[in-house]
Amino acid sequence: MLCQRCQQKPATVHVTKIINGQKSELYLCQDCAKELEPQLSFSLAKFLSSLLDQISEPSRGEPMGERVCKKCGLTFQQFQKIGRLGCPACYRHLASQLDPLIRRIQGASRHRGKVPCKLENRKRVRLEIERLRDKLQQLIAKEEYEKAADVRDRIRYLEDCLRRQGCNL
Amino acid sequence: MRLNWQRESRWMEGEGPHSDVVVSSRIRLARNLSHLPFPGFMTPSQEKEMARLAESAIQRDRVTNVAGKLELIPLWELTELEKQLLVEKHLISPELARARGKKAVILSEDEAFSIMINEEDHLRIQCLLPALRLEEGWEKSDALDDALGEELDYAFNEEKGYLTACPTNVGTGLRASTMVHLPGLMLTRQAGEVLTALTKIGIAVRGLYGEGTEAQGNFFQISNQISLGLSEEEIIKNLSAAALRLADQERQARELLKQQRPYFLEDRVGRAYGILAHGYILSSQEALQLLSDLRLGVAMGFLPLTLGKINQLMVKIQPSYLQLLYGREMNPWERDVYRARLVREFLKEAA
Repeated sequence: MLCQRCQQKPATVHVTKIINGQKSELYLCQDCAKELEPQLSFSLAKFLSSLLDQISEPSRGEPMGERVCKKCGLTFQQFQKIGRLGCPACYRHLASQLDPLIRRIQGASRHRGKVPCKLENRKRVRLEIERLRDKLQQLIAKEEYEKAADVRDRIRYLEDCLRRQGCNL
Repeated sequence: MRLNWQRESRWMEGEGPHSDVVVSSRIRLARNLSHLPFPGFMTPSQEKEMARLAESAIQRDRVTNVAGKLELIPLWELTELEKQLLVEKHLISPELARARGKKAVILSEDEAFSIMINEEDHLRIQCLLPALRLEEGWEKSDALDDALGEELDYAFNEEKGYLTACPTNVGTGLRASTMVHLPGLMLTRQAGEVLTALTKIGIAVRGLYGEGTEAQGNFFQISNQISLGLSEEEIIKNLSAAALRLADQERQARELLKQQRPYFLEDRVGRAYGILAHGYILSSQEALQLLSDLRLGVAMGFLPLTLGKINQLMVKIQPSYLQLLYGREMNPWERDVYRARLVREFLKEAA
């Protein structure tokens, strides 16, 4: 079979495209496939940014796209274009716009897995536990028992994590 | 840098639980260091720093106790063919092979562990084993991750977990996957239905080489879609259960074909063997389809070959392996001729 684009060389690359449920197939030679590659490959970045456009309605009174990561300088708009964050601090600095997106794609917003064993991280987890204990007291005082139960579970989970890492609380 | 390209990877051994349907199991953990920008935003010197930190971490006793001797291979010192070979052996992603800059991969001696450096995340710790061994893969990766985590300062926050360049991996950073072989479901036209059902319970279905690739030779990759809000054990349990269920369905389809169409499968396997053993021109697509039939024949006991041999052939028929083996660059037509020759000789020797 000859390449469907140049009609000269034998087709060795098979491309299947599905656009809006319409399937189309293309048989190309190596050279044509290389030339077309940028158009053909599925871009996760583009997909994410189109998803973002749909869900991140500007929240009341807050101008869009003004958020910027104070550490690396990435703006939320740039993230929307490329679908990748700039540095770990982006999660903190762009949280107001990022968190709804994370909830949407992950269906959850809280980590329930393992915790790194390095000292600094343990310290951070211990601080988080202290913060939660304060919060628990406040919630009990306000008689918000349902929320308090959630916080209590979270504390137990974090304590369990530290214990599994073999460290005394 | 000399790449030990002829070495067999652990997953290629083939045997293990449910190996009649499940080819291999992979655990992948995405990890980043807290003080560096994510790879897409790193300067060349930051990329080098990352590679240097990883290289010094893998010398530590704690790490080698878990993973054995590990070696860092700088990808910028390899030829295009050698990089492609690593993709063909499923040790690195096509993206990493294509990327410019200071990218690297760390391999264990049995190639069960491969750690991609400066791919989408600073570290992608992977454990690739034959057959259905997700729990074992998780235990091994978890231990290696702990050992590396003693040396490296991971980006982590209490709420979002391990921080990754793309929010689709945040949390556990875990992607568990298995490669399954579903000729029975394809032949009985049930594959579409069964795989669609999986996507509804949070499992992604992909082709042979992962994201964005097509299913060739009835091989599919299934993996967890969600990385946040579940523990690693839960994610692994879910995927294992799905793989087991899939293996059951596939076996039922094979049994059905055996009963309803006598000699159909035997004939198919025999014909595939005939072409592979005697053909002179073999495209990689045709080879993969025929090897799929051969694999089915081995799994059903029609052929005196092993799954290990099939896995070896699956790698050896790939373009880069062929060109490295015969020591020269080839155009696609030449490859088809050399591929046929390699398969003929391989099967003769195995017989």
